[in-house]
Amino acid sequence: MGNIPTTVKHCLSYEQLIRDYPWLKRLLLEEKEIVPTGVKIQLIDMLSGTGLPVIEATSFVSSKWVPQMADHTDVLKGIQRAPHVQYPVLTPNMHGFQDAVAAGATEVAVFGSASETFSRKNINCSIEESMLRFEEVISAAKEHQIPVRGYVSCALGCPHEGYIEPSKVAEVAKRLYEMGCYEVSLGDTIGVGTPGSMAKMLRSVMEDVPSSALAVHCHDTYGQALANILIALQMGVCVVDSAVAGLGGCPYAQGSSGNVSTEDVLYMLHGMGIETGVDLAKVIEVGDFICNALCRKTNSRVAQARGRTSGHALL
Amino acid sequence: MCVCVASKNLPERVKIVEVGPRDGLQNEKTIVPAETKIHLIDMLSDSGLPVIEATSFVSPKWVPQMADQVEVMKGISRKPGVSYPVLTPNLKGFQAAVKAGATEVAIFGAASELFSKKNINCSVDESLQRFEEVMKAAKEANVPVRGYVSCVLGCPYEGKVAPGKVAHVAKRLYSMGCYEISLGDTIGVGTPGGMTEMLEAVSREVPVSALAVHCHDTYGQALANILIALQMGISVVDSSVAGLGGCPYAQGASGNVATEDVVYMMHGLGIHTGVDLSKLMDAGAFICRSLNRKTNSKVAQATCKL
Repeated sequence: MGNIPTTVKHCLSYEQLIRDYPWLKRLLLEEKEIVPTGVKIQLIDMLSGTGLPVIEATSFVSSKWVPQMADHTDVLKGIQRAPHVQYPVLTPNMHGFQDAVAAGATEVAVFGSASETFSRKNINCSIEESMLRFEEVISAAKEHQIPVRGYVSCALGCPHEGYIEPSKVAEVAKRLYEMGCYEVSLGDTIGVGTPGSMAKMLRSVMEDVPSSALAVHCHDTYGQALANILIALQMGVCVVDSAVAGLGGCPYAQGSSGNVSTEDVLYMLHGMGIETGVDLAKVIEVGDFICNALCRKTNSRVAQARGRTSGHALL
Repeated sequence: MCVCVASKNLPERVKIVEVGPRDGLQNEKTIVPAETKIHLIDMLSDSGLPVIEATSFVSPKWVPQMADQVEVMKGISRKPGVSYPVLTPNLKGFQAAVKAGATEVAIFGAASELFSKKNINCSVDESLQRFEEVMKAAKEANVPVRGYVSCVLGCPYEGKVAPGKVAHVAKRLYSMGCYEISLGDTIGVGTPGGMTEMLEAVSREVPVSALAVHCHDTYGQALANILIALQMGISVVDSSVAGLGGCPYAQGASGNVATEDVVYMMHGLGIHTGVDLSKLMDAGAFICRSLNRKTNSKVAQATCKL
C-alpha cells in the first residue's frame, strides 16, 4: 500500500463547520439559531473522551462576522481539557490572538489561501497581506511559546479561479512553514481534487516542506476524500483533518457535503492497520449527539450503516 | 504490497461495467416499467459505457423488478461495440436469455458458505456445479460468461472471509471458462487493507487482466478500495449510475458505488474510460426522477449546485 505510516495523528475540527461556512452563519442568523455554548462544550468534552489527540475548539474571529463563535472565550474556559489533547483555536489576526491567549489558548492556527481571488473574497486582502498579518501573530506566538498551525485553502481548486497551480500551493505552504508554523494543513476547500491532483500538489509542496510537517484537509463534496487521503498516506503524510459526522456543508455547492467524516476516515485507517488511538464507537456516539442537537442527519456512511445493522463491520 | 504512488503504475484505460439497470434496480423498492428501463439503458449506451448489465433472467417470483426481462432485452437499442450481459442463475434462465437475444451472460458464486446457503439455498460447490451446465451451453452457443464472486471482503453472516476462499472460488469460475471474474465487496465493509490482501491471494490464481472489482460504498470505502485495486493492476470496475441499489443488509444505507463518482476519479487520474460524464449524469438524473429518489452520487449532488 506504499509507505503508509503506522500511526496517524488525527486532527478533528468541528467548529470549522461554523467558521468556514458563511452560508451557515446566514442561515443561523435568519433562523436565529445559535448552537448553545453548553452544547459546544459538551461536544468537545465528548470528543476529548474518544482518544482524538487534537480538537479545534473555537475561533477568535470577530463575532460580527461569525456570530456562532461569539462565545469563544466561554467555550475555551468551559471545556475540560484532557491530558495529551491539544485544543488549537483559529486566530485570524493579533487582536484574535491576544483574546485567545487571555482565554487560555495553548495552540493557535492561521490560514492562508493558494488563490488570490479566494483570499480577497474570503478575508478581504491579498495572500501577501494575509501573510504579513500572520507574521505578527506568529511572532507573538513565539514569545508566548505557543505553537502555530498553518492552513492553506484551495489547495486543489478554487471556486472562483478554478485550477490552482501546485507551485502556488507550495509557495504559500513554504511561507507558512518558514514563518514558524509547525504543521501546514493543505485544504481541498471545494472537494474537487482527485488522487491525481492530490499527488501532483503534494509532490510540489514536499520539495519545500517535509512530509512530517504536512496534513491533508479533504472535503468530500465530490466523494473523493478517502481516495485522496489514501494517496496522501502513501506519500508519507500522517496527519488528517476531518469532522465528526461529516458536519459542515459546502458553501459553494449548496446542499452538498463538505468535510470528510471522521468516522469514515477512522474506519479506513483502522482497516489498514494504522493506529490512531481513537475509539471509533465513541466517535459514532458523539456524532449521534451533535446530529440530534443540530436536528440533522449524519454525513458519515459508517454511522449510517452502523445505525441500521446489528453491526457486520469487521474491525 | 503495492508500492506505487499516484499516477505511476495505474492503467491507462479502465473498462467500467455499468450494473445500474440490473444490480441497481434489483435493489430498489420501486418497480420501474420496462419502458423506463429501456430508456435508461439507451441513455447509458449513449454516454460511452462499454458494458451495461441489462437485466436478469431469474424467476420473477424471486425478483419482481426483473419480470420484464424479455421485453427489456428486446426493447433496447444496442450500440455497436457495447456489451449487454444478463444474469443467468441456471440453465433455464440461460436458455430464456439466449432466446431473448442475449449475447453475453453472467453467473455468480459466493466466497462464503453461509451466504450461499441463505441466498441461493445451496453450498458454494453445489452452486458451481449448477453453473457447469450454463458454462457448457454457453460454450456451445459461443456466448461469453462473466463470473461474480460475492462477499470477497466480508459476509453479513460469517463476518471475515479468508482471502484463500475468495481465490478458490475465483479460480473455479475462471477454470470453468468465465472470461472475467468480478470480485464483489457485497456489504461494503472492505478497506484498502483487506482489498490488498484479497487481491494478492486471487491474483496468484487468476491473471489480473481477468479480474474486476465490484465495490459497495456502504461504509464510504469504495473509491479508496477501487484506487488500491487500480494500483494493483485491476482495470475493470463495476459501478451503478447514481449509486442505485441500497444494501439489503443495512436498511437505508448506500450500496453500489456511483458511476459518476468513479468516472470523476478516473478522469482526474488521467485514466481513459470512454465515458462522457455529463451524459452519464443525465442518465442518473433521469432514473432518479423515475424512482422519485435522490441520487447517491456526490458528483451529481455537487455539480448541479455549482
